[in-house]
Amino acid sequence: MRIRTVDVAKEFGRTGALRGVSLTIEAGELIALLGPSGSGKTTLLRVIAGLEAPSAGRVFFGEEDATGVAVQKRRIGFVFQNYALFKTMSVADNVAYGLRVLPRAERPPRAEIRKRVRDLLALVQLSGFDGRFPRQLSGGQQQRVALARALAVDPRVLLLDEPFGALDAKVRKDLRRWLRELHEHTGHTTVFVTHDQEEALELADRVAILNAGRLEQVGTPDEVYDRPASAFVMSFVGDTSSIPVEVEGGRLLYAGQAFRADVTGTCGGGGRLYVRPKDIVVGTPETGLLLGTVVNAHRTAAGRRAQIALVGGPETIVEAEVGLAQQLKDGERVGLRLVRARAFPTKEGSP
Amino acid sequence: MPDVLVRPRNVSSATTERAVVRALLIALALAFLALFLILPVVVVFAEALRKGVAAYFATFGDPDAQAAIGLTLTVVAIAVPLNMVFGIAASWAIAKFEFVGKNLLITLIDLPFSISPVVSGLIYVLLFGAQGYFGPWLKSHGIEIIFALPGIVLATMFVTFPFVARELIPLMEEQGNSDEEAALTLGASGLRAFLTVTLPNIRWGLLYGVLLCNARAMGEFGAVAVVSGHVRGFTNTMPLHVEILYNEYNFAAAFAMASLLTLLALVTLAAKTLLEMHYGEALARTPRV
Repeated sequence: MRIRTVDVAKEFGRTGALRGVSLTIEAGELIALLGPSGSGKTTLLRVIAGLEAPSAGRVFFGEEDATGVAVQKRRIGFVFQNYALFKTMSVADNVAYGLRVLPRAERPPRAEIRKRVRDLLALVQLSGFDGRFPRQLSGGQQQRVALARALAVDPRVLLLDEPFGALDAKVRKDLRRWLRELHEHTGHTTVFVTHDQEEALELADRVAILNAGRLEQVGTPDEVYDRPASAFVMSFVGDTSSIPVEVEGGRLLYAGQAFRADVTGTCGGGGRLYVRPKDIVVGTPETGLLLGTVVNAHRTAAGRRAQIALVGGPETIVEAEVGLAQQLKDGERVGLRLVRARAFPTKEGSP
Repeated sequence: MPDVLVRPRNVSSATTERAVVRALLIALALAFLALFLILPVVVVFAEALRKGVAAYFATFGDPDAQAAIGLTLTVVAIAVPLNMVFGIAASWAIAKFEFVGKNLLITLIDLPFSISPVVSGLIYVLLFGAQGYFGPWLKSHGIEIIFALPGIVLATMFVTFPFVARELIPLMEEQGNSDEEAALTLGASGLRAFLTVTLPNIRWGLLYGVLLCNARAMGEFGAVAVVSGHVRGFTNTMPLHVEILYNEYNFAAAFAMASLLTLLALVTLAAKTLLEMHYGEALARTPRV
């Protein structure tokens, strides 16, 4: 089901407030709400669920205005960060809960409920776990039970709050892939909250990036990564170095020295250049290049990462990716060619 | 076996006492326990049975004794369920909501523990007694509180109020809201979520609190003594009856009655220990996940 929020605002004493968020979630898509803590992403999810009432704005489920509809009547599936499994109930009773609380007229007969529970447990690969209790399950298993429980009511939208937050790295990766497959299989409109950009890019059809209660950008992983709409998005989605620059007569200046760089975007008379480590080529110092001194170079999984302090200006350190073959000594003078950089005006929020 | 490993002398972990000291401390503790706890319990039963089993049971045939037992049971039957409801309500409010004056409320809940029971009895006399603030009004409407059942129930409730709430507040705070929220998202009404999720989550803590509340409610003397008026056969609870019998030098009967209260204490203790053994984990903050 297509979900829309229109100018949704929520005021709180402290963090997690929303300041006018309009977001359209297409039917059947898997979308990530990405942002740092306190950006309002969980609040937005809870507003969609009906667990939180917005102080302004509206929420639409399809054409229906759901703003005033109680959480019980929204028919949503919500998976909580800590799973919130009912400790005193078996796995089967947990999954059946949503069906058992249906009013008598809509409630399926017992045999039908039993069958649905069995099917759902098979779907989340937990057949035979019916009689176990939550405390007897691993984190990943609990998460899948929570998912089966949310799916039992055939929700119009599936909402997941930091679904992988409490799991260790290996399980997290497996579950991620599995969730993607499950989504393709069931086709539920799914919204998940995460602060992990890698997770968002890998899993989602589209990513909505929130910062300080505002939507910064909504787009496919390619769009937000390659064509970030703001300095914040660029810095938040992937490693980025930033360099303060001036523009004079069409030339880029760093600390009064002109240098060449391939830049998209404008920043008026002055601003900042944002560049990713892989878009910096480190070579010999020549005129017309940014000049710097190697502070430190360390091995990463795939290659080598160098920290380079720029020469001449205010203290600025940029990170560049260099080949394994390229040996850099600490203190060595180098020239930097920015293959692809983005300019944004100064005074824009950057982390 | 040759004694190769010579244990160095005077080496022990910093928190371990020498054997002599340890034995002394344990003996001291046991002696105290015997003198102040075990001996009295033994004496109660010995005195109660001094004139034989027949005399022991004859005590309970006395109509005044039966009235006292009946009154105590009635008071408990009213006060404990009400305190259970208030306790759940108070801890729910404190654990699940943020509001101004929350800390004050937490402090106030503990007030009955720190105040002398006699004073709490006097409060009700001051409020509802013949010379009290509401006395004349109550009298003109024919409502009796002091020297009657309502007064005894009120005094008992005041004294035993903290037991349930104190047990539940940390438990509920630790469990948070998300289980209830999960139930709501699955379509359950608020009441349904409370009955199927909240209550099962707190059941052992609740039982524990009710148990302690019940024991104290049956045994309460001070507050009840002030508001009861000691009318034999009417406003005498078990503890008050024990005192009356004792003052009349009717020791066998007094101890027989006392033995009932002691028995209750022992049963409570056993039930409490059993709960702690089996559900200690659920009583003390359960770790999540």
